[in-house]
Amino acid sequence: MPSVLIKNNMREEHLPHIWCPGCGNGVLMRDVASAIDNLGLDHRKVVIVSGIGCSSRAAGYMDFDTIHTTHGRAIPYATGIKLADPELEVIVLTGDGDVSAIGGNHLIHAARRNVGMTVVVFNNNIYGMTGGQYSPTTPRGEYGTTAVYGNIDRAFDIAALAFGAGASYAARGDTYHVEATTYLIQKGILHKGFSIIDCASICPTYYGRKNKKGSAVDMLMRQKTHGVMAEHAEKMTPEQLQDKQVIGVLAHTNYPEFTAEYQKIKDGLRGGKKDGQK
Amino acid sequence: MARSELRLTGSGGQGIILAAIILAEAAVIAEKKTAQSQAYGPEARGGMCKAEVIISDVPIGFTKVLHPTFLMALTQEALNHFSEEVAETCMILADAGLTIPVWAEKQTVTAPILKAAKERIGKTVTANIIAVGVINKLLGIADEKTMERAVLRHIPEGTEDLNLKALHVGEEMGEVLKKQRKDM
Amino acid sequence: MGKAVLMQGNEACVEGALAAGMRLFAGYPITPSTEIAENCAVRLPLAGGTFIQMEDEIAGIAAVIGASAAGIKAMTATSGPGFSLKQENIGYACLTEIPCVVVDVQRSGPSTGLPTSPSQGDVMQARWGTHGDHPAIAVSPSSVKETYELIIRCFNLSEKYRTPVIFLMDEMIAHLREAVELPDMDSLEIEDRLTPLTAEKNPFPYLVKEGEWVPRLMPLGMGQHYHITGLIHDDTGFPTNSHEEADKLCRRLLDKIQKNKEDIITYDGYLLEDAEEVVVCYGGTARAALSAVDEARMEGIKAGMFRLITIWPFPEEQIFRLADKTGRILVAEHNDGQILLEVRRSAQGKVPVDFIGKINGDVITPEELLTKIEEEHYAKCADKK
Repeated sequence: MPSVLIKNNMREEHLPHIWCPGCGNGVLMRDVASAIDNLGLDHRKVVIVSGIGCSSRAAGYMDFDTIHTTHGRAIPYATGIKLADPELEVIVLTGDGDVSAIGGNHLIHAARRNVGMTVVVFNNNIYGMTGGQYSPTTPRGEYGTTAVYGNIDRAFDIAALAFGAGASYAARGDTYHVEATTYLIQKGILHKGFSIIDCASICPTYYGRKNKKGSAVDMLMRQKTHGVMAEHAEKMTPEQLQDKQVIGVLAHTNYPEFTAEYQKIKDGLRGGKKDGQK
Repeated sequence: MARSELRLTGSGGQGIILAAIILAEAAVIAEKKTAQSQAYGPEARGGMCKAEVIISDVPIGFTKVLHPTFLMALTQEALNHFSEEVAETCMILADAGLTIPVWAEKQTVTAPILKAAKERIGKTVTANIIAVGVINKLLGIADEKTMERAVLRHIPEGTEDLNLKALHVGEEMGEVLKKQRKDM
Repeated sequence: MGKAVLMQGNEACVEGALAAGMRLFAGYPITPSTEIAENCAVRLPLAGGTFIQMEDEIAGIAAVIGASAAGIKAMTATSGPGFSLKQENIGYACLTEIPCVVVDVQRSGPSTGLPTSPSQGDVMQARWGTHGDHPAIAVSPSSVKETYELIIRCFNLSEKYRTPVIFLMDEMIAHLREAVELPDMDSLEIEDRLTPLTAEKNPFPYLVKEGEWVPRLMPLGMGQHYHITGLIHDDTGFPTNSHEEADKLCRRLLDKIQKNKEDIITYDGYLLEDAEEVVVCYGGTARAALSAVDEARMEGIKAGMFRLITIWPFPEEQIFRLADKTGRILVAEHNDGQILLEVRRSAQGKVPVDFIGKINGDVITPEELLTKIEEEHYAKCADKK
């Protein structure tokens, strides 16, 4: 029997999903659904936008208006949707490759521009859909089918990248800390402006196997032992924090949101300013 | 005028293109056919600049100027370069401060456009509007009122008096030139 | 008809788009299309719409398709290099059947090429630029007035057939200023996409109704809870690997254009009735052709012009019929013979098809065209003797 959460938010006829046994994406998708449920959002006004990759198949399973777009472009598609109808709650589901490699340019500009949308990154440190190539978040020294001698690139910290680019809300979650991650997504949805929740997923099939991370359970347990809540992290020394993953809000500020600012321009024009001059 | 092909030349930043647009605008108001275009390079300022206007009583096919019937040059470089390309029948208007190349002497008239902009209007940027006035008198594109309307449509708010004065100074110079040509 | 106003081609494109109902523009500045973005930035907020300058060309078209999926008419504009970048997402709009208009003000290529020089080198790219077999509609204007009229038609075709429409402008027209008599807004025919009658959940959003060519998709955010994907999908809108479903979808996408060619194709004939030498051309090139044909007639050569307005789908039947009644065809275009291939294919060897083209950024002049017409004409006369 499916849970009420699944009944209310998922397209049961399209389940079970295509993700591998032990994949963290299902958990993160559930967190998004819980966040929507907890907030009591009007389901008609929620639009889920995704790009390409394992993460982006999530859009097809969620019972909302959903649009599975092209690789890397979920954020600009979401931008167009939000601009067309600022009343919509636009949620982007994306992966580490989708959002920080092929779509990296869109990420930083969306963060800077502050168009109201919530981006949830299913960050599994690997290209899963194409079979295990290294991604911008594969740690240095680790392996992928295109990093057979060890990855020599440094990894992106996606939340920090977005924060650096001006994101008004940036947070980190993971697969293990379900309640905290759900809460962080909720806060992101409530935030007026661009919000991003970079969620560590797990990919036992490719990333785990290539890098001897053990089973899915082992990988989850690692998230448990290495995850530190932000409020605890504050009291820890940099040495203690080494090798830890901080779960919580990295940045939360209130910048003016793009569509609201644009509306002000339109209202001003109606008030008699002409041609936008001076 | 059956079909006049005007080529206005100078350097970037002199407002050559705007002058061409204003002449085209006047032609439209005067219910003539017109096509205005320009060739430009990547430089926003400096460099050689060329703008073209075709004015005709009948519909215009080809939209580029091939055989100018009128050439204006506001810089020496432009005058030297473009005067070489035109037919003997093409009237050339050069700024009075320029040296007329030997080959162009017969067909060239001069007017102190840049000097007037600086000394009579007090703003060098009005040279293009003065030029519009001179050209209109020489070619009879539109009546004075129409030309004023055309100018007013294309200048920034608050510069109306200045630009209309420039236009009138140009028309005055054009009137004198026209008489001289008749006497020739 | 209102009073004539002086307008630049790019400006007329924006005014026409607004008249057609465009309410969002997303794009990236690129010569020689930049004035389209600039005019949209001024005019859209005044019309209650939205202008956004995106971070790159791809983001521009992505935002346009997103906005259109949410129910508003949207447009982007670009030039050669940007047109190349937009191709993948043009294919996405084809497959998902989301209407949008892409303006490509062609400039000399390849690569960065001659950014300020005219060209018509993107004609085949407009047809085949995005990967896979897909439908294509492309339209090309040859005056500023026609730019205004045809951009409206682009929106109408896009809405009606739920497909991206390419407005193939060229630098000659984009940067030309001419008088345009703006039509009375009430006299314009404006087409809006069909949507479902109710917003209730629909398990088959991509099912096409009997007698219609495209699915009635609901704007996002109306509660229909359907799925859009760039994967091959069935009537449910969800991905399928079925060859049968793939065939059904891809075939319908091509058929909706192919089988409605009569509705989509427009062209212009000039002095064709008795023409023995016909110049086939389109866009800005037609202006030189018009002058050349007039001059040829004055010399007593029976010349005429067939001007393509719809470039894709190609008017093959019309060219076939033309080849039946004329003595010779001369294709004139600012490329190395792209439409020439189509004309030769369509003429099926019935008449000689000659060519004049330029790829150096310079324009073809009426004199050059006339010389070509004369050469052909007198060669033919000599043959007869």
